[in-house]
Amino acid sequence: MAQVSLRKVVKRFESIQVVHGIDLEIADSEFVVLVGPSGCGKSTTLRMIAGLEEVSDGEIAVDGDVVNDVPPKDRDMAMVFQNYALYPHMTVFENMSFGLRLKKFPKDEIKRRVEEAARILDITDLLDRKPRQLSGGQRQRVAMGRAIVRNPKVFLFDEPLSNLDAKLRVQMRTEIKRVHQKVRTTTVYVTHDQVEAMTLADRVVVMNKGRIEQIGAPNLLYHQPATRFVAGFIGSPAMNFIPCTLEQAGEGLSVRLGERVSFPVPAERVARYRPHAGKALTFGIRPEHLTDAKPNGSKNLTLFDAGIEVVEPMGHETMVFFTVNGAEVCGRCDPNAGARTGSPLKMAIHLDHMHLIENESGKVL
Amino acid sequence: MTATGIAIGRGGPARHRYGSISRDRKWALRWSYFFLVLFAIFFLTPPLYMFITSLKTSNEISAATNPWWVYNPTLSNYIELLTSSTYITFFRNSAIVSISVVCITMIISVPAAFALARMRFWGSAVLATGVFLTYLVPDSLLFIPLFKMFAVFNDLTGIQLINKWWVLLIVYPTLTVPFCTWIMIGYFASIPKELDEAALMDGANYRQILLKIFIPVALPGLIAATIFAFTVSWAQFLYPLAFTTSPDQLVLPVGIITTLIRGDVYNWGQIMTGALLGAAPPLIIYAFLMDYYIAGLTAGATKG
Repeated sequence: MAQVSLRKVVKRFESIQVVHGIDLEIADSEFVVLVGPSGCGKSTTLRMIAGLEEVSDGEIAVDGDVVNDVPPKDRDMAMVFQNYALYPHMTVFENMSFGLRLKKFPKDEIKRRVEEAARILDITDLLDRKPRQLSGGQRQRVAMGRAIVRNPKVFLFDEPLSNLDAKLRVQMRTEIKRVHQKVRTTTVYVTHDQVEAMTLADRVVVMNKGRIEQIGAPNLLYHQPATRFVAGFIGSPAMNFIPCTLEQAGEGLSVRLGERVSFPVPAERVARYRPHAGKALTFGIRPEHLTDAKPNGSKNLTLFDAGIEVVEPMGHETMVFFTVNGAEVCGRCDPNAGARTGSPLKMAIHLDHMHLIENESGKVL
Repeated sequence: MTATGIAIGRGGPARHRYGSISRDRKWALRWSYFFLVLFAIFFLTPPLYMFITSLKTSNEISAATNPWWVYNPTLSNYIELLTSSTYITFFRNSAIVSISVVCITMIISVPAAFALARMRFWGSAVLATGVFLTYLVPDSLLFIPLFKMFAVFNDLTGIQLINKWWVLLIVYPTLTVPFCTWIMIGYFASIPKELDEAALMDGANYRQILLKIFIPVALPGLIAATIFAFTVSWAQFLYPLAFTTSPDQLVLPVGIITTLIRGDVYNWGQIMTGALLGAAPPLIIYAFLMDYYIAGLTAGATKG
């Protein structure tokens, strides 16, 4: 159990800087997920915490002690790799006990710990097998077991589920969460999959181009993204972005999406948006807040006719695609709303969930 | 796709398509068997001839009879050689030299390969290429300078290196170490980087990573290198011919030709027998180690 602090951490490979001064405080027992597109520096950050990469500038501290120059073996962290990295010539038991054997733990203590971890992960039957006799999911469990038996200060996961098929990934995701709830070890988890990030994390750190875009609880990131990048990255299908202009309309403000669609800004947001009146902005709305028009008592609704171009039935809902002001837009409809390709459909925008984004800075206003 | 295309073009009706592919395969197999048999005959005829000759007396060898048939088989060549103390000495010298050279080579080249493959340091890539380049210098180019060096060494220190079998322990590794290092670099480089990182995280130092992870995982490579080093030192001819002269210091290949050829008298029966017996140890080593040469030992380490 430990706190991990990153202070102004920078990583350069030769002359190329890949991590630009990251600040992050990870609390004891917390499950933090670093998420971002490939090349955003999340794996490099994790490897710096592990000690597998040197820190070019800044500090990494564990429980207040700076560990920049501490070699990985003395950091008391355990890491689970994307490709499992099991020792091919050892049995599952030997794989899991390798770290403990190096530290010269007594035999019966090793046995007890391995069996305990095997029980948690449900791999007791596999202890005598070699890695090549295991399936992908089983190998991933063994890799986690190898981390658990060490009882380290910190768990590090580097895209551990990326090599598994979709169904197994969902299963193992739940497994990882269950294990964390049992052992409560501070965990840093790297993934490019925002669903994994949302489902697992106590706090999500969204990274882009070597910088942190936003840190927050999954729901906060979803409902109050700080930047256009976060708004577009978190959530599936992604948030719709439509070019708009913010216009003065008497006392209030109105948003204009092209020639045909214009609607007033909800009164409680007018003060917040007023300084940006007259500017060209981007209007952001999630597909679930762009639905078929049906009376549900909400006052902040605006209705418009959409020329449906593509219909994707999903069973419990139907995704519809159409164009607004030159931008392709996705909405979620009731399967019974009668969405048909080529015919117009009355759609409603739930203005309580709208976002306005400044074009130059990408900041959500 | 191309195979199908060709088959259609040649075979005509579509229903013959799959049959044609297997017909192609049949012909490919026939050709490969043909050439394999040709090769086998080409390479196995000399040992067979040696074996036949080794069972003949000198009189029968020089007689104008069918050379491929033994009319009066005898084991006298074998008995004479195996009871002759000089032949046993050659054999013992060869065995000691080869086994020692294999050990010395492994002790040098395995850590060297590990360092060159895994510990990125300044100049490591150039050094790795350099190691291999030294292998390209032939021994026929080196033995005279080496001889001269030993002579100078003798002048300076008074230590005689010429005509001592153990000097081969210094000389042979110049042939075996570069190539074995190069083989091992290849094997070590094929081990996924995550494996040593996992070991690092588990608390291993570099020595432990080498001994407990790399050597077991790269065992097939290690065996390949061992076989190579043993074969090279067992069969080496030029260096022992140049550096050793008295019968008690000779190794097998040189011993056979210096003691069994007297002037222009070739004792063919014993030469063949000696060479055949001398070829046995590498054969045994091959047969023994091949059992352990299990390809795909790394299966299961990573996704692969």
